[in-house]
Amino acid sequence: MSMILGVPAAVLFGQLLLGIINGAFYALLSLGLAVIFGLLKIINFAHGAMYMLGAMVTVLMFDAMGINYWVALFLAPLVVGCFGMLIEYFLLRRIAGQDHIYSLLLTFGVALMIQGILTNIFGVSGLRYSMPEIFQGGFKLDFMFLPYYRAWVIFVALLVCFGTWFMIEKTKLGSYLRAGTEDAQLMQGFGINVPLLISLTYGFGVMIAAFAGVLAAPIYSVNPVMGSNILIVVFAVVVIGGMGSIAGAIITGLLMGVIEGFTKVFYPEFSSAVIFLVMVVVLLIRPSGLFGKEA
Amino acid sequence: MTIMKKLLTTAIASAMMVGSAQADISDDTVKIGYLADMSGTYRDLAGPNGLKALEMAIADFGGTVNGAKIEVVSADDRNNPDSSSSTVRRWLENEDVDLVAGMVASSVTIAVTKLLEENDRLGIVSGSAASSITNEHCTPNHIHYVYDTYPLANGTAKAVVQEGGKEWFILTADYAFGHALEGDVTKVVEENGGKVIKTARHPFPTSDFSSYILQAQSSGADVVALANAGSDTTNAITTAGEFGLTQSGQTLAALLLFLTDVHALGVNTAQGIQLTTGWYWNMNDDARAWADRFMEETGVRPTMVHAGIYSSTMQYLNAVKATGSDDAQTVRKQMMDTPINDMFATNGRIREDGRMVHDMYLAEVKTPEESENEWDLYKIVRTIPGDEAYRPLSESKCPLVSKN
Repeated sequence: MSMILGVPAAVLFGQLLLGIINGAFYALLSLGLAVIFGLLKIINFAHGAMYMLGAMVTVLMFDAMGINYWVALFLAPLVVGCFGMLIEYFLLRRIAGQDHIYSLLLTFGVALMIQGILTNIFGVSGLRYSMPEIFQGGFKLDFMFLPYYRAWVIFVALLVCFGTWFMIEKTKLGSYLRAGTEDAQLMQGFGINVPLLISLTYGFGVMIAAFAGVLAAPIYSVNPVMGSNILIVVFAVVVIGGMGSIAGAIITGLLMGVIEGFTKVFYPEFSSAVIFLVMVVVLLIRPSGLFGKEA
Repeated sequence: MTIMKKLLTTAIASAMMVGSAQADISDDTVKIGYLADMSGTYRDLAGPNGLKALEMAIADFGGTVNGAKIEVVSADDRNNPDSSSSTVRRWLENEDVDLVAGMVASSVTIAVTKLLEENDRLGIVSGSAASSITNEHCTPNHIHYVYDTYPLANGTAKAVVQEGGKEWFILTADYAFGHALEGDVTKVVEENGGKVIKTARHPFPTSDFSSYILQAQSSGADVVALANAGSDTTNAITTAGEFGLTQSGQTLAALLLFLTDVHALGVNTAQGIQLTTGWYWNMNDDARAWADRFMEETGVRPTMVHAGIYSSTMQYLNAVKATGSDDAQTVRKQMMDTPINDMFATNGRIREDGRMVHDMYLAEVKTPEESENEWDLYKIVRTIPGDEAYRPLSESKCPLVSKN
């Protein structure tokens, strides 16, 4: 077997692929954050909690009503998205136009409350969610065993990422969104309901997070703290990509997944810190992030 | 005259003894501080239900000891040695706490037991695993009650090597507990003719284990051992299942697995995994009877940590009662002098290094066909006698141990 840097080439290829899979999760989560920050200027610290809710709702819907994975893939994000809109309507709207720090603190508080309540009810050992039958098994590649489910995660995550980017950057609806947040008064003058637009945008960002949660349910332990563990990493990804840059969030998400994967091979102890090291370096060289607009 | 004198001195002496016995329980209160992970990774195996077990013990004891009140305070350790130390310092200095119970993350325990030693108060460690707690980190002020990494290695690792798993890959949580477990396992594997060919240390906590599982698969090891705990272990087992680790001929060994973890995984995923435990709720009539009461209170079956908290609290209160004192050294000595026979242990004893030695059990997770209900999870494969399970005093690095 050929070796690269003292590691079998096959292992490196395997890690590259896994890095892309994890990166797809990061991309999906940071995408939602970037949409919410880019369009609404809200630093959504409740994003991890929404991801967690997506997974929890999926499990609970299955346990209580037998709702299967495929239905949950649509229904859970919808439920959590509506919940997000309620938060926007009752809480975030009151601090619109204030300094970013207010939205950060408010959403952080909301996240802690949701997490605390669910921890009290369900504990932290995790809820069980079986993988759908169709995904049992996997491809036997030369360099690794790739479970069908992981392949599906890459496919669907990239699809959603591309779709969202396309919608915001290339369609008429997207241009309304961007304009509505740029100059609300002007848009309102054109007869567009800007508050509703903002609510829907927040709800949409939350939906993407919840969607990632549904994807995560069969492979990770579903528990009330699962979101808080991943949130900080995702924030780092968004900062590296450039706050609010949709394409930046997606590309950086994938890139960080790969960098983290390789770190796990060469120096595993450092794997949770490597993304933050990249963040420091990027901020020193380009304070607005890799894809951010210069302030 | 001499008889009168003798009687008089005896009377005075006994009056003084009674007086001093009463005065020895400071503030007429025995105050217990319960410190555990109440919200994080280790919540379910100890957490609020551990507090419940502690309160059950106090209620069963009668709520008072020698006329003194028994009070409880509790705090979330957040798996953080710094914040836990400041909590415990406040308990010792301002609230006159006599005993700190619970103690889960080994890093927290090592920090807190140092404080207990400085202030000469007592601690009973029920949740932590690191065997170093009664080895290089031993103090005259704490007791390690339920289990530690030494029997975990000695039980599971020894059984797996003897069944033919010679080459090992160890996946270790990168902090005190993981390191201790990795060290103990490596020793047992090598002593039994096996070899550790690779170790990988993952940050604590980690949710994605796919990279490590892939490394384990490509290492060609016979056995992939998990030297971690809580959701780290359940995540790793789930991922190993997804990537077909056992189907490709490797054995998965979870070195520390709690009942709550297996319950979360379900028998479908966890079936066949061997593990070492200090207690199992369904192992005998006494254990079952207590577990039934616990379930009425909490809705779940107790882990070995919950049972250990109940047992050790009883042991402590009995020692306070017998000595009439809440002085740390007096109570610890009394606890050491009294064998432990209850729903938790048979002929358990506390050694000079603070280790409570009792039988451990090698268990195997039942198959879905064998399991009768959601908590019917283990079959006990073998009892590991206490003296065989725990590190012998002759190997101890604890300064309290007198070497003969």
